[in-house]
Amino acid sequence: MLISRILKNDRGGQVFLAILTLVTILVPVLNLAVPADSPLHVSTYTLTLLGKYLTYALLAVAVDLVWGYLGILSLGHGAFFALGGYAMGMYLMRQIGDRGVYGNPDLPDFMVFLNWQELPWFWQGFDMFWFAMLMVMLVPGLLAFVFGWLAFRSRVTGVYLSIITQALTYALLLAFYRNEMGFGGNNGLTDFKDILGFNLQADSTRVGLFIASAVALALGYLACRYIMNSRLGRVAVAIRDAEDRTRFIGYRVEHVKLWIFTFSAILAGIAGALYVPQVGIINPGEFSPLNSIELVVWVAVGGRATLYGAVLGAIVVNYGKTYFTAALPDFWLFALGALFILVTLLLPHGIVGLLRKKEKVQ
Amino acid sequence: MNSVDQLRETVRRDEVFNFLKPRIQARDLDLSHGNILYLEDVSVSFDGFKAINNLNLYIEAGELRCIIGPNGAGKTTMMDIITGKTRPDTGTAYFGQRIDLLRLSEPEIAQAGIGRKFQKPTVFEYHSVFENLELAMDGDKRVWPTLFARLSSEQADHIDEVMHTIGLHEHAGKLAGSLSHGQKQWLEIGMLLMQNPHLLLVDEPVAGMTHQEMDRTAELLTSLAGERSVVVVEHDMDFVRSIAQKVTVLHQGSVLAEGSMDEVQNDPRVVEVYLGE
Amino acid sequence: MRPVLANEQHRHGSRALGFLVALCLLLTMSAAVYAQQSPGPLDEAYQLLISKSLKDKQKAVTLIAESGDPISEPLLRTLMEGDLYYEEAAQRFVAGERRGKEYALRALSDGSELGTVPRKAVSKVRTNNAVRKQIREVLATLTLKSADPDVRLRAVNELIDANNDNLGAVMRPLLETENNAKVSAALQTGIALSELQHGEAQQRLEAIDSLSGSLNQTVRNTLRRIADNESEAPELRTAAADALQSIAGRIEFYGHLETLFFGLSLGSVLVLAAIGLAITFGVMGVINMAHGELIMLGAYTTYLIQQAMPGATGWSLLLAIPAAFMVSGAVGILIERGIIRFLYGRPLETLLATFGVSLILQQLVRTLISPQNVPVSNPSWMSGSWQINSVLSLTYNRLYIFIFCLIVFTALYLILRKTRLGLQVRAVSQNRAMARAMGVRSARVDAMTFGLGAGIAGVAGVALSQLTNVGPNLGQAYIIDSFMVVVFGGVGNLFGTLVAGLSLGVANKVMEPWAGAVLAKILVLVFIILFIQKRPRGLFPQKGRAAGN
Repeated sequence: MLISRILKNDRGGQVFLAILTLVTILVPVLNLAVPADSPLHVSTYTLTLLGKYLTYALLAVAVDLVWGYLGILSLGHGAFFALGGYAMGMYLMRQIGDRGVYGNPDLPDFMVFLNWQELPWFWQGFDMFWFAMLMVMLVPGLLAFVFGWLAFRSRVTGVYLSIITQALTYALLLAFYRNEMGFGGNNGLTDFKDILGFNLQADSTRVGLFIASAVALALGYLACRYIMNSRLGRVAVAIRDAEDRTRFIGYRVEHVKLWIFTFSAILAGIAGALYVPQVGIINPGEFSPLNSIELVVWVAVGGRATLYGAVLGAIVVNYGKTYFTAALPDFWLFALGALFILVTLLLPHGIVGLLRKKEKVQ
Repeated sequence: MNSVDQLRETVRRDEVFNFLKPRIQARDLDLSHGNILYLEDVSVSFDGFKAINNLNLYIEAGELRCIIGPNGAGKTTMMDIITGKTRPDTGTAYFGQRIDLLRLSEPEIAQAGIGRKFQKPTVFEYHSVFENLELAMDGDKRVWPTLFARLSSEQADHIDEVMHTIGLHEHAGKLAGSLSHGQKQWLEIGMLLMQNPHLLLVDEPVAGMTHQEMDRTAELLTSLAGERSVVVVEHDMDFVRSIAQKVTVLHQGSVLAEGSMDEVQNDPRVVEVYLGE
Repeated sequence: MRPVLANEQHRHGSRALGFLVALCLLLTMSAAVYAQQSPGPLDEAYQLLISKSLKDKQKAVTLIAESGDPISEPLLRTLMEGDLYYEEAAQRFVAGERRGKEYALRALSDGSELGTVPRKAVSKVRTNNAVRKQIREVLATLTLKSADPDVRLRAVNELIDANNDNLGAVMRPLLETENNAKVSAALQTGIALSELQHGEAQQRLEAIDSLSGSLNQTVRNTLRRIADNESEAPELRTAAADALQSIAGRIEFYGHLETLFFGLSLGSVLVLAAIGLAITFGVMGVINMAHGELIMLGAYTTYLIQQAMPGATGWSLLLAIPAAFMVSGAVGILIERGIIRFLYGRPLETLLATFGVSLILQQLVRTLISPQNVPVSNPSWMSGSWQINSVLSLTYNRLYIFIFCLIVFTALYLILRKTRLGLQVRAVSQNRAMARAMGVRSARVDAMTFGLGAGIAGVAGVALSQLTNVGPNLGQAYIIDSFMVVVFGGVGNLFGTLVAGLSLGVANKVMEPWAGAVLAKILVLVFIILFIQKRPRGLFPQKGRAAGN
């Protein structure tokens, strides 16, 4: 059927989805059904960590879609991720209700602390899950649409585009640090209690979030693969390789870029929304330019323009990060820096490139 | 055009406002006066250097026109103007009677029916020969139709046919980037054919080709003329002589001479430009 | 912004006072020797000063003041502050400070150390409130007669601020002998102020007229009082209100000037930070994300040189300029030879690789030096400010950095326009293959160009170390701004970078008062994003077919 048609020529994708399915079944079982003293038991900590990696992987897929296939090196995808996260965070804040420190049934604690009298208009509606989920996609999507419309229409390309996307996330970083913005300023949104009535601390909720992340990743992957298998995908690659030429055979390059960029931003937003309930906090730090550029290196490490390479890279680099920041905290930034250099110099096709041989292009 | 001119243009009484004119739909080409391309009083300068200087050029429908001229005569810039890559400082450019090329973007011009082959062959290197041709194929090129496009069997046959014409049918699955220079030239010509344009702009088609291939190209271009109009920019005089019906000589951004090959070759000004300095 | 300004003024004011004292001390240096050798009217005063009677002491103060001797001012000041001691053995007056059981002595004339003596060796010259009040008045008039016009000006302004009843009476005789224009103007202000308060109706109106341009705070307060006082004559009140309005206009004008100065200062920092980038990115087309870290290295070089040369802050700063250029330049060449040259023509990859370099350099500094900010001190000639009038003063460090920025810009411009290296750089950037064919060693030129851009970044770091905190994150704060400046100005255009940097700096400062610093910055970023839509190639684009791709 549809899935098998999408994956027809995608060996890597088949392997990846098979592993993902296996993990999605096995890990929850090992967490819930296997007793805690068994060596096979997967702790809730590990499960949440894996869930977090899966949301990162989805984010990496979103970046690969625009970088690998469309040639747009976005240094601002962290912003879309964070915006999705904030939308989810706002829902979770409203779910706290009067269980906050100040016990105000409507206002989140930080607003009470700032002496705000009523909920700002942009917080309205976030007590409804469906509305919040709509915003998770709409806000990053809209920002990407407006930004992309402006940028692509005037043919800002290459490093220029990269730099402006970086400026975009930097501007948002500065904005979200301000208390007046109404998103909790420096501290962001945290102290969440429950989601859809389920306690966020409960193992079963964590398992649910893990499975949701896995499903989102699988669907996101399939959607991206579908696009890239279509003629539109071939147009995207054509734009990446020879943008002007694509125009001269009659394609509206800016429209193609705009739609794919917007779709990618929506994926990033969804990833952010799944990330926040698992880590329990969203703060302006997620907007920092370093975050956005770091996720580009995940894709580079895995191997760009393959989609599954992005997944692989996201998981490998983040595992390394988790390991090193605990074991050798000073070493991590050296390692990350070296990774940037080595991958671009020696491993332009990433880990995936090592595994498969490519037809040479003169 | 500065803002004063723009304002003046807007308040002209003999015309409706620009924005009220309907956007040109592809394929409503009007050839009732026999000419397919009108370039009138076109000038463009880069940093004070006049690349095109009061150029007037008319191409008849169905004509095969060769354009020659020394380096820097403005040949490529002229093609840039026709295809929308460069906007002239002054002048008008019409495709048929009604289509104002200066108001259209490159993709719109391509959709309207002007195809271009570049001086340096640019093909999509990470696409196969087949895919290159498929992408160039005439059809609805908006985002959503492209996303859901399916290749019909007629279309596949058409691509196959073109691959035979350009002699690349054995390389259908090969990445375009791995082709030789000459093969890339042919692939570009193939892409041009797939676009099914009314007007073909061909920039140095035979560079890097063998004599045999040159003959085939000449044959192909002559066969295209008639139904379509073809403008060829070429340096190779033998090739030009072998296909030319009418030749235009460009010099310093404007037309120096126009006529049959023999006429222009005997024009003293042309001789001076080519040999004088 | 306003409160900060007031604060700054206050600080500068007290610093200026200190400066004044130091100046007086300096002036009296040579004269002090003379005073000790030949007995004069002071000797009598000295005798009276040692006497126990306070009446005698008051008499002594008058004598000292009338003597006109340069020593009198520091002597009286020290006495007023209660630090004046008489050293029996040497039979001289000194300034003393108690340190445990001993006294540390300093000469009155120049403040030089005279060593410490046991408690018994000196006796304190005691005073009471009456004497101190007398000294205060005497000191004010004393400085009015100083030979230095700056000192006189300061004294006149102090008197105006005190606004005593005898203001006019004190100043009128001074005005007749005054030959310095500035001091005369200040004296006239004082006289007018006195007339305004104590004169006839007509005199008062004329006084208002002559005061209507004055920026003096006391004048403004007095005018305000008159304008608000219902019992004053209506025409007088209107005149005062009008004068206040014209004064407000002038203050506003100087306020704008100050904003402009702050803006240009911020702009010059932006230009300094961006100008190296304008070379590497603009001329070579290489995007160097480690540029900010090269700036940081320059700032750290300044810090290390200061550590190596304690006590010579000024010289170490001057030395740091070439040193930072060398350090950052060398690191830049290393980056170019080691990484970037393998990535020419692949700008996005260059961006990523150099970002890796920036992470490593930051972490290196954190590991080797400190994760915290390090203190870099300003030499004395960089601190303080240039007081243009009572509402406008320009701080020296910002002024110098603005000038420094122009010097660096000019130097760079000349290097690119007039030297062989510049010619080669431009040749390679325009057509690499052709330049090669002409015998330009393009690899060497690349390395040199990159080194030049990096070196300039280091020099910018020296300047920044005088303005902001020096820490491992210093560079990160500037990298986005720098890119914005280069992109805004038009890539490949040095002059565009200058204009863009300065105008962005001014725009930022103009918006700050009503938008706040953060919002102003966001607005500038948004503006640039929108600007690029309209003019993708910046303010001063390169045109032509070659610029297309």
